Amino acid sequence: MPPILTYALRRLVQAIPVVILIMIGTFLLLKLAPGDTVDALVGDMGGADAEFIARLRAEYGLDQPIWVQLWRYMTKLATFDFGWSFVYEQPVSTVLMDRLGTTLLLMAASLSIAFTVGIALGAIAARRAYSATDNMISVLGLVFYATPSFFLSLMLMLVFSVKLGWLPVGGIKTIAAFYTGWDHVWDVARHLIMPTAALSLIYLAFYMRLMRASVMEVADLDYVRTARAKGAREGRLMIHHIMRNALLPVVTLLGLQFSTVLGGSIVVETIFTLPGLGQLAYQSVVQRDMNTLMGIIFLCAIIVVVVNFITDLLYARLDSRIELA
Amino acid sequence: MTSKTIQAGLALAMTGALSSVAFTASAQEDVQRGGTAVIHMISEQRILNPALRASTGVYNITGKIMEPLIDKSYDGYEPVLATEWSGSEDGKTITLKLREGVNWHDGKPFTCDDVAFSATELWRDLLNYSSALQANLESVDCPDPHTAVFNYSKPMPLELFVAAMPDLGHPVPKHLYEGTDILKNEHNTAPVGTGPFKFVEYQRGQYVLAEKNEDYWREGFPYLDRIVWRFIKDKSAAAAALEAGEVHESGFIGVSMADVDRFGKDDRFDVGTMGYENNVAHSTVEFNHRNPILADLKVRQAMYHGLDIDYAIDTIMYGFAKPGRGPVPSAGGVNYTDDVPTYDYDPELAKTLLDEAGYPVKEDGYRFQLRHRPAPWGEYTQLWAEYYAQAMREIGIDVQILTNDAPGFLNGVYRDHDFDTANGWHQFRSDPAVSTMVWLRSGQPEGTPWSNQFGWKSDEIDGMIDAAASELDVEKRAQQYHEIQARAMEELPVIFAIEHPFISVTSKKLRNHHNTPRWNSSSWYDLWLEQ
Repeated sequence: MPPILTYALRRLVQAIPVVILIMIGTFLLLKLAPGDTVDALVGDMGGADAEFIARLRAEYGLDQPIWVQLWRYMTKLATFDFGWSFVYEQPVSTVLMDRLGTTLLLMAASLSIAFTVGIALGAIAARRAYSATDNMISVLGLVFYATPSFFLSLMLMLVFSVKLGWLPVGGIKTIAAFYTGWDHVWDVARHLIMPTAALSLIYLAFYMRLMRASVMEVADLDYVRTARAKGAREGRLMIHHIMRNALLPVVTLLGLQFSTVLGGSIVVETIFTLPGLGQLAYQSVVQRDMNTLMGIIFLCAIIVVVVNFITDLLYARLDSRIELA
Repeated sequence: MTSKTIQAGLALAMTGALSSVAFTASAQEDVQRGGTAVIHMISEQRILNPALRASTGVYNITGKIMEPLIDKSYDGYEPVLATEWSGSEDGKTITLKLREGVNWHDGKPFTCDDVAFSATELWRDLLNYSSALQANLESVDCPDPHTAVFNYSKPMPLELFVAAMPDLGHPVPKHLYEGTDILKNEHNTAPVGTGPFKFVEYQRGQYVLAEKNEDYWREGFPYLDRIVWRFIKDKSAAAAALEAGEVHESGFIGVSMADVDRFGKDDRFDVGTMGYENNVAHSTVEFNHRNPILADLKVRQAMYHGLDIDYAIDTIMYGFAKPGRGPVPSAGGVNYTDDVPTYDYDPELAKTLLDEAGYPVKEDGYRFQLRHRPAPWGEYTQLWAEYYAQAMREIGIDVQILTNDAPGFLNGVYRDHDFDTANGWHQFRSDPAVSTMVWLRSGQPEGTPWSNQFGWKSDEIDGMIDAAASELDVEKRAQQYHEIQARAMEELPVIFAIEHPFISVTSKKLRNHHNTPRWNSSSWYDLWLEQ
């Protein structure tokens, strides 16, 4: 077996108890919150009689002790059955799959913009350290970093939808337009511009700052000086000698951020009414929709494990001194 | 059955018919047909079946798709699927004439079978609020396809029955429900009705779409081609959508009060409380009478005197409210009276009363501590709670606010009774018997939300409530409710501090909007859009 496969297999086996612990822990934690799905449903309904409430609770299995509920949930999960969402009246897997696409699209778009633009700006700033360009980039980065995402989202909305009328306020598509083909793609893209911008502008600052510091550090190292003495041009120097080494900490950050973007997207998705996992997570907490929430947490745990694995592989690729073990 | 009651029913039916004609005539001058109305919804209901869930969130959407037997207009009760109604002398039988030539959206005719099935299988057994109302319903007979006879084991006042129908009288198609698990029927989220609009699509978390019913029984209606309800949780985003013209109406105070105020000054929008007369609620202060301090009437009176209601109405509700006068709001018609004891803002008197009750100011500057749970139903419930806490501190009562989300609040107050005071609102549903009295009547099963879980018990008021619920004579019944209101204002089981309707922000492009007292829940057959 090639070493990379052995490595992958070992990581997978290690991940299983971690995921199980996460699921049991969150299940018990969530049960600590006062109220359950039935309370939330009744709250939405505007009241019901006691008999009705008791019947709902029995139907959802919420009248059982917590340990029984946990056992039932975990045995189902072992067969990858996420259960039924009482709030959405659909299997949790259907609900999750409906939402996953939007969130992945949003995450991928905003992270790749934040990453590429961030490292480019960071590298430029570092090469022109303490110049007017550097100051301008740094200040802008700080401003976006310090702006709360809900505020940034609302400001974008105010400028581009309300005042200029260029972009739609929210949603993922124009509902009653029934676009098909490329018109549909263009319509969805227009709806994603502002949420993507709001999310990426905030993360962009991270990469920019980190890349700037990293490049400045690497640029002073002996091997860069040697390369320059040997007559390497600035472009080659930058790409082959500095960037490759400066990227290591930035890739670490990318791996870490993949898991936090979902948190950031809760706010952005809620404000722009995007039907993604972030909004779903928020709604599930408010509605005490345990099964859906647990499904999201499971999905996130898996994503984090996979992304960590890929990050490790990237490390080894970028710096051959690092071994997979 | 006497001729007198039949005439009463006919008279009601006639005024309804006339008023709908009047609306049509005035509207037809410059009506534009077609277009899509987009409506903002702040919260999402998973069920779209008003015969299973009595909630304005459900009516808001399904009211256009499924119709009740009787609706309410500003002139009285309006016949929809029932054209005439009458009650027998002993109050145990109510007879309805049903509209002929009405089809369900799948083409099958609407008949008495649907009404009988809905009434016994859904309204009586499964529908919240209705299961209490229809508890004594024995059967529904169908002497012919367009006559329904409701048989009760105890007298059911015709007035109460009719008043409940707009909210609790939506038939479902029997042929799609019979023999299925009603709670899990697929049509609960894809409704089939008789209304002016047909259900098309429900995308969770995003929107519900309905389109024009070409086969609608009101000839020439509806005017609109489509209606879209968009779920936008964030109030600021909803305000932006209204302002950008992407959304035409936001009801039930779907945007922040500051935005309501701003839209009120913008001449592109109509802002107001029209169309909510049937959805009036009270901002309250609810006491846990298990706490011996609060069980003392003097303390409750003192607390009422410590509240500056006018100030709260002006600053928190931007003037869109009026002082409460007991459990029945002023929209309650004959059952309402303002001839009740009141409590003026008088902090000095409040302090004197508290001293007299034996709660002097202690070293820490307070007389006693209270733990207060505000309901998370929107912005001004929270603001009212904060004002209440502040006002109480001024008369020496230290109120600590415990903030919850909806399940936390309902548990804390209605199941665990873990509070000293609480505030929320309680929506009035046309008739005091339908929902209002459950706040005062003792003996509610443990944990029932929006019921008397305050530990308040008065045999006298319990008796008065029971008597009024089965009183057939309209005048006598009204008299009984007036007495209950006066007693409630004397005994103060709950402070019904402020009566407030909801508020809508509506684009002026929408025409014929808010022309019924429960407009957001009504069918919108005459709504049109300026293009």
